[in-house]
Parts: sequence; structure tokens; C-alpha cells
Amino acid sequence: MKKSLNIILVSLAALISLPASAALKVLATTPDWGALTQELGGERVDVYVATTAMQDVHRVEARPSLVARARSADLVVSTGAELEVGWLPVLIQESGNARIQRGASGNFEAASALRLLEVPSSLDRSMGDIHPQGNPHVQLDPHNIALVARALTARLSALDPAQAAFYAARAKDFDARWSTALTAWEQKAAPLKGVRVVIMHRDQVYLCHWLGLVEVASIEPKPGVPPTAAYLGSLVGKLTPEPPKLILLNAYNDPKAANWLAERVHAPAVVLPFSVGGSPAAKDLFGLFDDTINKLLAANK
Amino acid sequence: MKALRPVAALMALATLPVIASADEDVAALRAELQALKSEYGARVQSLETRIEKLETASQATADAAALAPAPSPVEPAPASSSGSASAFNPAMSLILGGTFTNTSRDPADWRIAGFAPAGDESGPGERSFNLGESELTLSASIDPYFSGVLTAAITADNEIAVEEAFFRTTSLLNGFSVKGGRFLSSVGYLNEVHAHAWDFTDQPLIYQAMFGGQLRQDGLQVKWLAPTDLFLELGAETGNGDAYPATRLESNGFNGATLFAHVGGDIGDTTSWRAGASWLTQQAENRAGAPVDESGTTAFDSFTGDSETWVVDGVVKWKPSPRRELKVQAEYMRRSEDGTYVFDPAGLAALTNYRNTQSGWYLQGVYQFAPRWRVGARYDSLDSGNALYTPAAIDPPIDFGLPSSALHPERVSLMLDWSPSEFSRLRAQFDWDDARDDGETDRILRLQYVYGLGAHGAHKY
Repeated sequence: MKKSLNIILVSLAALISLPASAALKVLATTPDWGALTQELGGERVDVYVATTAMQDVHRVEARPSLVARARSADLVVSTGAELEVGWLPVLIQESGNARIQRGASGNFEAASALRLLEVPSSLDRSMGDIHPQGNPHVQLDPHNIALVARALTARLSALDPAQAAFYAARAKDFDARWSTALTAWEQKAAPLKGVRVVIMHRDQVYLCHWLGLVEVASIEPKPGVPPTAAYLGSLVGKLTPEPPKLILLNAYNDPKAANWLAERVHAPAVVLPFSVGGSPAAKDLFGLFDDTINKLLAANK
Repeated sequence: MKALRPVAALMALATLPVIASADEDVAALRAELQALKSEYGARVQSLETRIEKLETASQATADAAALAPAPSPVEPAPASSSGSASAFNPAMSLILGGTFTNTSRDPADWRIAGFAPAGDESGPGERSFNLGESELTLSASIDPYFSGVLTAAITADNEIAVEEAFFRTTSLLNGFSVKGGRFLSSVGYLNEVHAHAWDFTDQPLIYQAMFGGQLRQDGLQVKWLAPTDLFLELGAETGNGDAYPATRLESNGFNGATLFAHVGGDIGDTTSWRAGASWLTQQAENRAGAPVDESGTTAFDSFTGDSETWVVDGVVKWKPSPRRELKVQAEYMRRSEDGTYVFDPAGLAALTNYRNTQSGWYLQGVYQFAPRWRVGARYDSLDSGNALYTPAAIDPPIDFGLPSSALHPERVSLMLDWSPSEFSRLRAQFDWDDARDDGETDRILRLQYVYGLGAHGAHKY
């Protein structure tokens, strides 16, 4: 009797959990987290990406379309560390969706799985656009991608426990492919170690740390503060005795200042994709790093 | 047969635990062991990565020591560790603002011809330097279910006014949210936008005429967001009627109702839009103030009756790059009032029936042409309507000298603003102001500053 009751209960439970097996709706703040969620979730996730690589993630608006996506999202994947502070809180607040509120399991911040660089020891707005929890532009270090992938897999499994084995298998597969690629990138990029570069904004810091590029100056005098002519002039004076090999800028940046400086210090300005979709070759996360390293190596010759 | 297959599969699944319980134990142990292994593997790898990163970091710093600006220390120093007592303090932000005003006509006789004065916050203000309202906003989560916001305005007259003070639900499901307290009504598009985020120094004339600037409700709002990819939001509000055009009633319950709907979406990667319609029905009892005619005369009076307002709004934003943006918006409002006016032209109170429909609209465009610079133009046009006065108590009818012909207040505004950062803005605005509609244009120049201190406020669309 008991056994048959068990059988009935188990079948009932199986039936009830069936509707929940629809794909998880994910709202990703950047193309990189969108691509990562897609890698890990496959056909089990339905990903909508809020921004493109040609947009500045600091200055995105809480558009009605994004509020609508937040309303039905099971999971929001963001960078955190206040990168999206100007718009994501509005989306979450206006969504009327308890699942994605801060602290809920449907709210995932990549930064929570990472140790951030450049955590400021003091905070004052006179220092420019600084982030209290550290530099949030974490995606250009592939080691960070691997760490976020693990934390995100755990979160996907928690939200969709019936498919935990599926996520684990995909994560294992991704991890293996990523490790192989990472080794290849590091070997290939070995000549870049110690290369002196000028960066545009502090969003290239993680790339420099990973590849051992030496950042000798920044085109923005302070984070988020565009350069003045006088500042650029002083930069030329400072860099001329020992000019940098490369000037790095991102696809979404205004290239004017970088090009101006490139001409004066005789170093090429390299436009990097920065995010998935930032160049034709950066179709996914693998393409993003392939293309970034290829562009750096090509310009470093 | 086909239909039976899933059932059979379920049965098979269900019986599995009974048959294979011993094997399952072993499998479970194995799985657990595997989980432990992979977890530790992951930890070790993450530690290795960190060490590697620190090594490269210190290497890089050493290499760059000669020229590079010293990178900030890598050790984590969370800002919230300053003290547990203050860790839960609400986020605080402060807005400082002010203007320098130059007008060609005396601002004391500024009015919107044919419209009853709707509040103190209308008009260009006084000449010379004017301190704006200093706005202090505190906000935080209250608990897992509610969040709260207070915005207090400290005025130049050394008074403190509560601009907004409301709670909001955070954990209702299915797209519902409830707001209560004092809040900016969600009617129209600009009504909910705080003064420091306006694209011009002041509100469009129609907002000044219909709501005395902005409509605040002391009441309750319920909003529902549809589960569609197209943004569709429906909402209703009610309140005590303290704000123009309503008044407090001498009865229990509430005054009036507001319904609103907003839709919106994207067109490609660069364009977004929102459109909406709102409807308000309210009552006024002995509301002071009356329309003013072109000669500026008005009788002491008060209005009692029904007031019904329609608002239609739309906004389109085109952002082809992070450094350029074009924003075009327009709103149309129409109000019908039906009731009685009490006039007291010479200490002799008289009653008349009153019926009128007044309307107006504005169209504005703001273009960000460089990272920190924006230009904007705005056109306001109002129609005071043809008021119908039918004296009820006096026979024969008395001419009170009330404005009966339709008046058309108008204004053209141009602005240029410069924002060195997200937290500061300097603006110049010039108006050709025909709000008085008496044939003499008021030329108004305003220079304005707006600064935001403290917490980084997220802006609504």
C-alpha cells in the first residue's frame, strides 16, 4: 500500500515539475554575460542582452523594453560592483518581479565570484568615476570568466534543480574548452608581456594584468573624465622620452583622442572589441579573446 | 498508443527507486565524492589563479614603477566595513540648484492668461540670483518586502517641504507593485521626473497651468506590468485631493481617481520609445483662484465642481553612439470643469454656473551633440477655452468682466547645457514668453546650475 502511494506521489511530483521545465528567462546586462549564460545553459536558457558592445555600460538608460524583460526574467546576470548602478536598480524596482530583487536567487552579480582590482582605499567624487567595490570591468581576464562560469552554473542549478546534471555537464565541457583556449592564448600572447601601453579608460586594466602589459598612462586623466587638450599635450611631453608601443581603446570609445596621441608618440592605436560583438570576429567569448590577442600581436610587430 | 508512452515512462521512473535502492546508495556516495572533488578542484584552481594574478600584478607594478601612475592597492577594503551601526543607513543624495534670472517684464504680473493660478511654482520666478530648492533624498530597503524614499526640499524662504515620502512594495509577484504616501503621480511623462533631471529650467506651460508644476498625490498607487516583451504598464491612483486641481473634501474616503497606461519598446539597437495616456477625475470644493483676463483683472472667487483631465504623452530617444543622443517628446492635456463659481466683485457674493474645456501641449527636442553638451528647443501652446458662465442666482445676468474669449498663451524656449560629469550641469535658457497673451513678449534669460552630491541616483527613462 505504502509503495503504491509512493509511486503515485513520485509520479505526481514528476507531473507537477513538468511545467517548470520551460527554459529559464535570463536578462544579461552585457553581451559577455549573455554569451557565458548561453554557453552554460544551452537550450535551457532564453537569454536577452540589455546592451551591445557599442554602448557604454555606465550610461545605459532604463528603457521600457528592458523593464518589460526584467518583469518576466527568472534570472538577471549583471556585473555588479556598481557598474550598472545608473540603470539596473530602476529596472529591478519597476519590474514588479520579486524573483530578481537584490538578495533573491534570481539576482546574480559576477563580481560576487571575483576578487576585484583597484579597490579604492578612500572615496571621493573628485577622483572621477570610481567604484567603491573595485574596478568592475572584469571580463577581459579569462580567468575571471572561468570563475564566474562556476558560480553561474551553481546559480542556474539552484534555479532549475531538475536540470542540475545538464548544467554540470555543460559547465564541465565549457571549462575544458576554456582551459585549453586559455593555455593557447597565454602561449600566443607571451611576446606581449612587458609591452608598454597607454590605456583609454580603466576598463582595460584586467586585460593588462592578465597579459602583463605595462600601463604607462591613461588617456582619461581620471576615470570617466574626458581628456582636455592641455592634458593630452602634457601626456605627449611625458611619453616622448620613452614612447609606448601601443595605445589601447575599445570599440565603443571615441577614437579622436587616441588617434591624436598615436600620431604624436608614433605608436599605433589598437581598437579592441572589449565585449562580445565589439568586432566581427568577436562572435562569442572565445572569439573575443582570439580577436583581442590577434589585434594586439598584429599591432605590436 | 502514443498517449500511453509518457505514462509508461513515468511509471518506469517511479518504480526505479524501489528496485535500485542499494545501487542508488553507492551511486549517491560516488556522486557526493565527485562533488567534493570538483568543489576542491575549483577552489584550488581559483587560489592558483589569484596567486598568478597577484604575481603578474606585482611584476607589472615593478616594471612600470618608473613612469606609470601607481595603481591603487589590490587588497580589498570594502567601504561598508566602516561601522556596523552606520552600515544600514539609507542612501543619501543632495541636489543643489539655483538660477540667475533676467526678464524684460515685471515677473510679479506673470500669469497664464485665461487659466486659474495653479500654485506657487509657476512662472519664471524673481529677478537676479535665486536659490533653488535644495533637495535631500534618503532611500533604502525597509525589509525584504518594502523600500522607502523621502525627498525633502529646503526652499530659499527657509522652509522645509516634503516633496515625496513613500513606501513601495518590492516582493509582489506577477508584475504588481504598490506605492503609498506622498509621491509624484505617474500621469503623463514629465510629471514623475524630478526637477534636477528636467531638460529645461522649468516645466512646460501646460504642466504649470494644469498641475502647478507637478501633480503630487497623498494617497495610494497600484501598478501592473504586463508579462509581454512589449512594455505595457497599467496603473491607478487615488488620494486626498490636496493638490490642484482638486481640494480636500469635507467627507470621509478619498478624492478622485487616476488611471494611466504606458507602452514602450525599442526600434533596433539605437531607438527607444514610450507613449501613454492618463485620465484623472477629481472634485474641488471652494477652490480659490480664478481665470485672469488679458487686462490682468480677476474677482475674488472660488470654484466647486467636477474636474476631468486627459493627458496623452510620447517620447522617442535615438542614441546612435554613446556620445550622441536625440530626444523628442510631446504631451497634450485637456481638462473639462463643470460646477459653480462664487464671485465677490464688490463684497457681494454671487453664484454662477461655470463650464469650460481648456487644453494645451508642448513639443520639445534635445540633442546631445558632444559628450558633455546638449542643445534643446521647446514650444508651448495653450488654449484657455470659451468659458460658459450662466449666472444662476441673479436675474438679469450681470457682466462680471470675466474672460469669455479664448486666449492662447504661447512660449518658445531655447537652451544649451554643459555637464562636466554626471553630477553637475550648467545651463543657459532663453524664453520668448507670451503666457500673458497681451501682445507684449517677455524675454527671459535664465542661467542655472544643478549639482548632485552623494549616492548615484538611477534615473527613470
